[in-house]
Amino acid sequence: MTSLMEFKEVDVHYGPIQALKKVSLTVSEGEIVTLIGANGAGKSTLLMSIFGQPRISSGEIIYRGEDISQKSSHYVASHGLAQSPEGRRIFPSMSVEENLLMGTIPIGMDHAEEDMQHMFELFPRLLERRNQRASTMSGGEQQMLAIARALMSRPKLLLLDEPSLGLAPIIVKQIFQILRDVASTGMTIFLVEQNANHALKLANRGYVMVNGEIRMTGTGDELLVNPEVREAYLGGH
Amino acid sequence: MSATAGINYKKSVIDALVAGFMALIVFGPIVGVVLDGYSFNAEFGKVAWMVAVVVIGRFAISCFFQTEKGIAMAFRHANNDEGVAVRLPDHKSKLLWVVPLVIAIGLLVPFIASKYVLTVIILGLIYVLLGLGLNIVVGLAGLLDLGFVGFYAIGAYGLALGYENLGLGFWSMLPIAALIAAMAGAILGFPVLRMHGDYLAIVTLGFGEIIRLILTNWTSLTHGPNGISAPLPTFFGLEFKRRSRDGETFHEFFNIPYDSAYKYMFIYLVLFAVVWAVLFIKHRLVKMPIGRAWEALREDEIACRSLGLNHVLVKLSAFMIGASTAGLAGVFFATYQGFVNPSSFTFFESALILAIVVLGGMGSTLGVVIAAFCLTVLPELLREFAEYRVLMFGILMVVMMIWKPRGIVRVTRTGFAARKGVVK
Repeated sequence: MTSLMEFKEVDVHYGPIQALKKVSLTVSEGEIVTLIGANGAGKSTLLMSIFGQPRISSGEIIYRGEDISQKSSHYVASHGLAQSPEGRRIFPSMSVEENLLMGTIPIGMDHAEEDMQHMFELFPRLLERRNQRASTMSGGEQQMLAIARALMSRPKLLLLDEPSLGLAPIIVKQIFQILRDVASTGMTIFLVEQNANHALKLANRGYVMVNGEIRMTGTGDELLVNPEVREAYLGGH
Repeated sequence: MSATAGINYKKSVIDALVAGFMALIVFGPIVGVVLDGYSFNAEFGKVAWMVAVVVIGRFAISCFFQTEKGIAMAFRHANNDEGVAVRLPDHKSKLLWVVPLVIAIGLLVPFIASKYVLTVIILGLIYVLLGLGLNIVVGLAGLLDLGFVGFYAIGAYGLALGYENLGLGFWSMLPIAALIAAMAGAILGFPVLRMHGDYLAIVTLGFGEIIRLILTNWTSLTHGPNGISAPLPTFFGLEFKRRSRDGETFHEFFNIPYDSAYKYMFIYLVLFAVVWAVLFIKHRLVKMPIGRAWEALREDEIACRSLGLNHVLVKLSAFMIGASTAGLAGVFFATYQGFVNPSSFTFFESALILAIVVLGGMGSTLGVVIAAFCLTVLPELLREFAEYRVLMFGILMVVMMIWKPRGIVRVTRTGFAARKGVVK
C-alpha cells in the first residue's frame, strides 16, 4: 500500500502553547484510519493544520509526494482533500441541493449532476429533502448532508471531524454504517472521533492522541482490546 | 388553544387601565407641565386627551388579540420563521408582469411630474442605488459596513474633481468613478478580511469618517467645507444650460424654450436606466456561483473555508461591487446637486442607507427599493411635519423591528438546481 498522506514530526503552536508535539502518522490508500483522543488532545488542530489553519511550526505534511503544509486552504481543497468539519457546519438557509453544490467549489460544476445523483443513492433521506432548507432537518440528516457535501468534490481522502457529535446513539450507528458504505467504494477515510468504540470497530488502523502526542498506534481490533485504551476511552471494565 | 372562548373584557379593561397609567407617567410631566418664564402652566386637557387615546387604543388592541383573527396573527408573529425562504428551482413569479408596467410608468414620470416631484424621485432613485450596493455587502455577504457613505463621497467628489482638474465630464466620470470607488472598496477590504461583526463595523465606521475628514481638510484639492461644483450631464455633447460658451445648448439645438426642468428629466432618465441595469446585474449575480458564495459566507465562514472557498476573493468582490454601485450613486448625486461638499457625507447618511437595507429586508432587492423610496420620498411629502421627522423615523424603526424583524419584504430566493430532469 502506498502512503497517501503522511505527517512527519509535525509541531503546531498557538502562541506560546504547543498543541501538537512531533506528531507522525500515515494514511495509506484505501484505508480507514481513525484518530481518537479526549477533549483538547489536539485532534481537531491536527485536522485543521492540513488546511493550513493553523500553520504548522515545524515538520512536513506530505500528500501524494508533495509538502502541502504551506499551501493555501483552497489549493489543498482542490487537490482531492475534502473535510466534513466539526459541528457539521452546513449552510442553514440553503436548500439541500444548494449545499451539495457548494461542495463542488474546488472542482467546478462539471460533474455536479451525476455526483448529486450518486449522493442521493447513498443518502436516500437527502433525496426526500432536496428542496428543503438545511436548517429544518434533523441533526443526523445534517451530518449526512455534511458528509455528502464533502464527497461532492470527488476527494481522494475524506477527512471527518467528529461525525457523531451531538447525535442520538441510534443515529450514530446509522452514520457509521454509511461510512462503511462509503469506504466500501474504495474511499480513503481519516476519521477523528471521541466515540472510540464505534471508530475503532470501523477503522483498519487507529492512533490514540493524548496531550498533543501520539501515545499509541495499532490496528482497530488491537486498540479495542488494549487495556489502557479501554480504561481511558471505553469506560473501563 | 381555545380560540372561541369569546372576549374577556375584564382583562382588556385592566390592560387598558395599565397602559393609561403608563401614559400618564410618561406624558404627564412632558406634555402636562409647560414652563412659562419662571412659573409653569399645567395643561391637563392635553394630557387627558393623550391618555384617552392610549387607553382606547390599548383596549381595542387587547380585544382584537382575543378574536380568532388576532390570535392567528399573534401566532404567526410568535412563530416568525428564521432565515431565507427557498423556493423550488422551477418557481416562476406571478408578479413578473409588473416589471414592464413599472418601466412604462417610470418612463412617463418625467413628462407628467412637476420639477419638484421629479427631483424628489431622483433622490429616491439615488438611495435605491445606495441601498442595492450596501445590500450586496450587508444583506448578501453579511459584512456589516457602517462607512458606506465613504464610497458615495468618492463617487461624488470623483465627478467634481475630475471635471475641475482633468476636464472630464459626466459620461467619462460615470465609469471611472465607479472604478475608483471599487478600488477604494478593495483597499478597505484587505485590512478587514479577518474581521467579523462588531470589529468590522468599527473599522468601516472609521473608514467613512476618514474619507469625510480628508475631504474637509485637504483644502488645496477639495476646497474643504466650501465644496466644489459638479458638471451636468450632456446630451450627445449638448449642454443643459441657458447659454453655453462652447457650442449649442440643448434647447437651442431643438429650438424649444429654455426650461431648467430639462436637466432633471435627463438625469432622471439616465438614472432610471442605470438603476435597472444594476437591478439586472444584481439579479444575475445572485444566481451565479459568486452570489451563492456570498450567501454561504454570510451563513458560515468556517464551513466555506473547509470547502476550499477562497474567502479573500469572495469578500473583496462583495466590497468592490457594493462600493462601485455607491460610486455610481455618488456621481448622480453630484450632478443632481451641481455642487458637493463634505457635509453631505456624514455618518447619518451611512445609518440611513443601513436603515434602508434593514427595513427593506436584508438581501431582498424589492424590499430595498421600497424602503429606499419610503425613507427618502416620504419625508419630502411630509414637509409640514418636519419637526417630527426624526421622531417618526425612530418610531417607524421600533415598530418595524417588533412587527417585521425580517424587513418589509422577506428574502425569498429561488433555489438552484444543477440541471432539470437529472434526478428522478
